[in-house]
Amino acid sequence: MNARRQRQWTQRAGFGLLTLATIVTTLPILLIVLLILQRGLAAITPEFLLAFPSDGLRAGGIFPAILGTVLLTFTMTLVVAPLGIAAGIYLAHYAPDNRLTRSIRIAILNLAGIPSVVYGLFGLAFFVIFFRMGTSILAGALTLAIMTLPVVITTTEEAVRSVPNSFHVVSVSLGGTDWQSVRRILLPQGLPGILTGVILGVERAAGETAPILFTAAAVYLPHLPTSPLDPTMALPYHLYVVSTQIPGMPAGVQYGTAAVLLILVLLMNIIATVIRSRARARRRW
Amino acid sequence: MTSALRERLVAVAVRVAGISAIALLLVIFFFLIQQGLPALAEVPLPDLIGSRWYPIEGTFGLVPLVLGSLLVTLAATLIAVPLGVATAVFIAEVAPRSVREVLKPFIEVMAGLPSVMLGFLGIAILAPELYHRLRLTTGLTAFTGALLLGWIAIPTIVSVAEDALDAVPRGYRDGALALGANRWQTIWRVTLPAARGGVLTAVMLGIGRAFGETMAVMMVTGNAAVIPRGWGALFQPVRTMTATIAAEMGEVAGGSTHYHVLFLIGILLFLISLAVNLVGASVVFRARTRAERILS
Repeated sequence: MNARRQRQWTQRAGFGLLTLATIVTTLPILLIVLLILQRGLAAITPEFLLAFPSDGLRAGGIFPAILGTVLLTFTMTLVVAPLGIAAGIYLAHYAPDNRLTRSIRIAILNLAGIPSVVYGLFGLAFFVIFFRMGTSILAGALTLAIMTLPVVITTTEEAVRSVPNSFHVVSVSLGGTDWQSVRRILLPQGLPGILTGVILGVERAAGETAPILFTAAAVYLPHLPTSPLDPTMALPYHLYVVSTQIPGMPAGVQYGTAAVLLILVLLMNIIATVIRSRARARRRW
Repeated sequence: MTSALRERLVAVAVRVAGISAIALLLVIFFFLIQQGLPALAEVPLPDLIGSRWYPIEGTFGLVPLVLGSLLVTLAATLIAVPLGVATAVFIAEVAPRSVREVLKPFIEVMAGLPSVMLGFLGIAILAPELYHRLRLTTGLTAFTGALLLGWIAIPTIVSVAEDALDAVPRGYRDGALALGANRWQTIWRVTLPAARGGVLTAVMLGIGRAFGETMAVMMVTGNAAVIPRGWGALFQPVRTMTATIAAEMGEVAGGSTHYHVLFLIGILLFLISLAVNLVGASVVFRARTRAERILS
């Protein structure tokens, strides 16, 4: 009886420790999010969102930075979505189980593990210098696209694979070709998963600073970019600049910028979660 | 266009897209080599493994940077691994369903927080707090960086480890419970050991995440390129490899020795992350769903 009681005590202590660890892990993040929203929302006015910065970034708004991040991520999506989705379809549906396919998987895994600043270096050497794009939206967006590619490929593959095999079998037995069953059956059924992957990729790209540091970002520009070959301001880089590079920066500008970035990221996360859970609820298989 | 031709074209197109992943990895490596290798010719090897990083004088000793990265990563790992694995076990094995449904998306949000934002909070709140509480000479230290990095690595560890625990067949747990083990014994002696491969992968990926992190580390570690000596160094400024590239690349002339050396550091980062990843992936870890978590 005594041993049993001790066992129960151990279990209670163990579960207590695990609960404590979870609280230590999550609570600081929750507090951070609330703190940024609380201090940042006070600073967010229509002017802050829609005006140019003034007084050496210490006053005015952050419109060019917001627009820059939107342009960068939008251009990036145009590149990474088709390429990543095609590669995901290949791995899920076409790829034979051979050495080439295994090499592709290993390459994707390694691409995912490369530090973001190394992508920045590559973007500088490849897009900015070798392809003479200069420091530009295009060079930054392409760099971000390569960095995001693994996420889009793997989520697409996952989504297409999760469609039951019988769907494909039925399609083929009715005389459908490979491509017909991919286009009419597998892609529509896997669409929510694919969309979720693309959105998570965009979320990650929107928050990254290191890859655009030497490929696209400018501290301050008096005009909005007019072509994909112009440099641009960007939200995460702007947050870096206002929190480290300029003395006498009002906290309102810093927290306001952080809050806008946070809201952008949270919004994409919520959209992805909603798409996923709605698809799961509607699913008939 | 005939249907057969279209079939062939599509098959080729998606195949090319798949192979592009390999091509990109090779192109990245090639361009890093092309820009970084000249450094080996321009700077004598004894200088590169020297202990002084002082680019203005043309002294490019990489040792302080490498040790700075190792110190911060090691400290972050010591924080993140126990917390991350414990949280994963809590979510997968202990938490009631309702709590689980809240925690899982929360961890995902955590993983998506921009590191520059955490860096900003590090400067604005964490560093002053540590400075006052621990009576340091500055709040911008390796320890401050390790704390931030720990929390940046935790979501990676939690989601991969949790998937590994989920993949342990139900029957293992049922068997242990039927033999009279309680839930704690089942977790400790059956589920965790059965998932150890996946948990190890989680740890490796977490280490890789911490090692490659740039902005947050650059903002809070003080960026002094000195060789850390002993555990006391944890509470002094250091400078990591990633931060050095990010901080200095904007100011160097293209094609200069300094520029080539920064690319050489990039090659080192590339190779180390490659090694960490391959070790992580080679651990027995079969079920396919994991790939998604690993990469997102």
